[in-house]
Amino acid sequence: MTQVLIKNARMLDDHIVDIAITDGRIYEIGSDLTGAYEVVDVAKKLVLPGFVDLHTHLREPGKENSETVLSGSQAAARGGYTALSAMANTSPVADTAGVVEQVARLGREAGICDVFPIGAVTVGLKGEVMAEMSAMAQSAAKVRIFSDDGNCVSDPLMMRRALEYVKSFDGIIAQHAQEPALTRDSQMNEGVVSSKLGLKGWPSIAEESIIARDILIAHYVGSRLHICHLTTAGGVELVRWAKSQGIKVTAEVTPHHLLLTDTLAESYDAVYKVNPPLRTQSDVLALRTGLADGTIDIVATDHAPHPIEDKECEWNAAAFGMLGLETALSVVVESMISTKLMDWARLSSVMSTTPAQIAGYTEHGRLAVGGAANLTIIDPDSRWSVDRSKSSSRSVNTPFHGMELPATVVHTFFNGVHVVNNGQITGNRYEGNSKVRSE
Amino acid sequence: MKNLLSIQDLDSASIVEILNTARELARITDGPMKKLPTLRGRTVVNLFFEDSTRTRLSFEAAAKRLSADVISFSAKGSSVSKGESLKDTAQTLEAMGADLIVIRHSASGAAKRLAESGWIQSAVVNAGDGMHEHPTQALLDAYTIRAHFPDHENDFSGLHVGIVGDILHSRVARSNVILLNKLGATVTLIAPPTLLPIGVSQWPVQVSHSLDEVIGTLDAVMMLRIQSERMNDSFFPSEREYSRDFGLGAQRLAALKKEAIIMHPGPMNRGLEISAASADSPQSVILEQVANGILVRMAVLYLLLGGTRIPTEGVLV
Repeated sequence: MTQVLIKNARMLDDHIVDIAITDGRIYEIGSDLTGAYEVVDVAKKLVLPGFVDLHTHLREPGKENSETVLSGSQAAARGGYTALSAMANTSPVADTAGVVEQVARLGREAGICDVFPIGAVTVGLKGEVMAEMSAMAQSAAKVRIFSDDGNCVSDPLMMRRALEYVKSFDGIIAQHAQEPALTRDSQMNEGVVSSKLGLKGWPSIAEESIIARDILIAHYVGSRLHICHLTTAGGVELVRWAKSQGIKVTAEVTPHHLLLTDTLAESYDAVYKVNPPLRTQSDVLALRTGLADGTIDIVATDHAPHPIEDKECEWNAAAFGMLGLETALSVVVESMISTKLMDWARLSSVMSTTPAQIAGYTEHGRLAVGGAANLTIIDPDSRWSVDRSKSSSRSVNTPFHGMELPATVVHTFFNGVHVVNNGQITGNRYEGNSKVRSE
Repeated sequence: MKNLLSIQDLDSASIVEILNTARELARITDGPMKKLPTLRGRTVVNLFFEDSTRTRLSFEAAAKRLSADVISFSAKGSSVSKGESLKDTAQTLEAMGADLIVIRHSASGAAKRLAESGWIQSAVVNAGDGMHEHPTQALLDAYTIRAHFPDHENDFSGLHVGIVGDILHSRVARSNVILLNKLGATVTLIAPPTLLPIGVSQWPVQVSHSLDEVIGTLDAVMMLRIQSERMNDSFFPSEREYSRDFGLGAQRLAALKKEAIIMHPGPMNRGLEISAASADSPQSVILEQVANGILVRMAVLYLLLGGTRIPTEGVLV
């Protein structure tokens, strides 16, 4: 393995340090370090533990025209991520040990970040028959997060059973909260804008009724519940209440729901079509408050690539979803730090430390001697203009195209390997066995 | 004006211009010259992704009376049913020489998407997009109202228009609310709460759940069609109950002001939202609406395709 010395990195406490990396791990953090290292001088830019995404759609196997594990990993690394969690709604669905092992293997072959597969809760995401979650947990992929994301586990009995079942291997159910009967053919947030545009509304109660129900079930059976992509003020209130009662619930918010609102649909440009939908200004403000005060635990991207033809069409015919990996940091900085709602330490927690803890990714989310050298170097003071043609993703469906945003990812190191240099993929890859989950 | 996508895009002056142009065209074609040579050599494409015989025929008649060539394209049995995209279909039709595309689509925003995505150069007229808008319907309705209330030529203030029925799913209601508001009319929406959109409180209208309370104050009552699919989706319990509460039957017909007019965009469900006696009463202007539809659509095609000035009687241009 290469020996890397990162010179002049700014820690969160503003100390300028050198970080020596040996065999993929942090060997020493100090000042004026020397030795037989490849030196990367980062000129007092901010070093953070690599970001950890608990909600990524990589599309492989099945829809490699939208994204592959490799292209998604590259996009992730350029966004400062060192760990991804690949959602199960691939084709075939990741509902067996075979599929999750395949995705994990593709991630190791890419060697740019850790790719942790998420397993389906039910066979084919259909909500009818429980998937073999224990087999996925015991497979080489060691799955711990299970989700039918894209679909809601809407049957309350199935949800109860799943929450109970995963306790035996310390699993967690990540719920896509969407009551299907209240959202049949729904296209966008239900409200003033949908009534004007004539697009079928997607009421906030469709999300909140499932969140409320699942909080009660999780409490009743004593299991861990994770709520995907919270979008409504009411949902934030429910999670706040649950936490005050000591119920084991965690929640995520996406960058796009922290910045964008439903009025963007007035263009009928389907790049703004996403599930769950963009909500109102007051929802956005409630999400920001919830993320700042700890009600919402983490930021997750819900990176959802789609080919051009699935967006270049009438709104109703278009696919739901937005890219997110390469813009997540900047959007969170724009919505949370530029607004002084939170500081960089909290950002590091919600984008790295806490998601790593929730998922049990023990080699991520910390910056400490002896730990894996999964870290990213940020320039908080630079600004950039989002250009979809420069994305590493195979898709271009970013709603942020043309926006000028703060903060750039300058370097990313994955197990000590310099995978992103000056914002660009280096081509270096980590070839060692992934030892990131210690049992 | 390059396209007609929504009433929202028009100011009251443009609305009045379209109505005046339609009236001028009516005056001319009322004489021996039924057909004008104004759009000779221009091609109008009717691109209908949704069945609508009357709207398609109305646009077709309008284009033909202006001597345009008309190509009608219906999605059923076409390449669209084989998965061709809106973009490809529109570009194909433009390559065949379309100057103007009239589009009817089940997806809200389809006309705007077609006009503003840079896919085609042709002018676009929205002939109804999903639950969004149906601008030519609102224009023909305004034309019809104006004809019956000559004191309100370009200003509908003081007129009270009731729109009754499935407001939630109705593009006709949306376009009419916007247009009538722009011309100054008072609008009351009358429907059960299940058939009103959540955001209706922000619309420039009054809302009532009782047709009986409002009926005697209306100058025009627009009855909307109840689609059969609503009946199976618990928006109301039964046709009978809907008809009892919101149908225009004999008693409500009697309660109407004598000078009030009865309107319906068609096709009607006789016996459901409107009784035969109401539909056929002297106060009904439903067939006038059909005739006016052609005039208003002629005006729109004329103004969008920049036809030469309107010929005066007996003078060919």
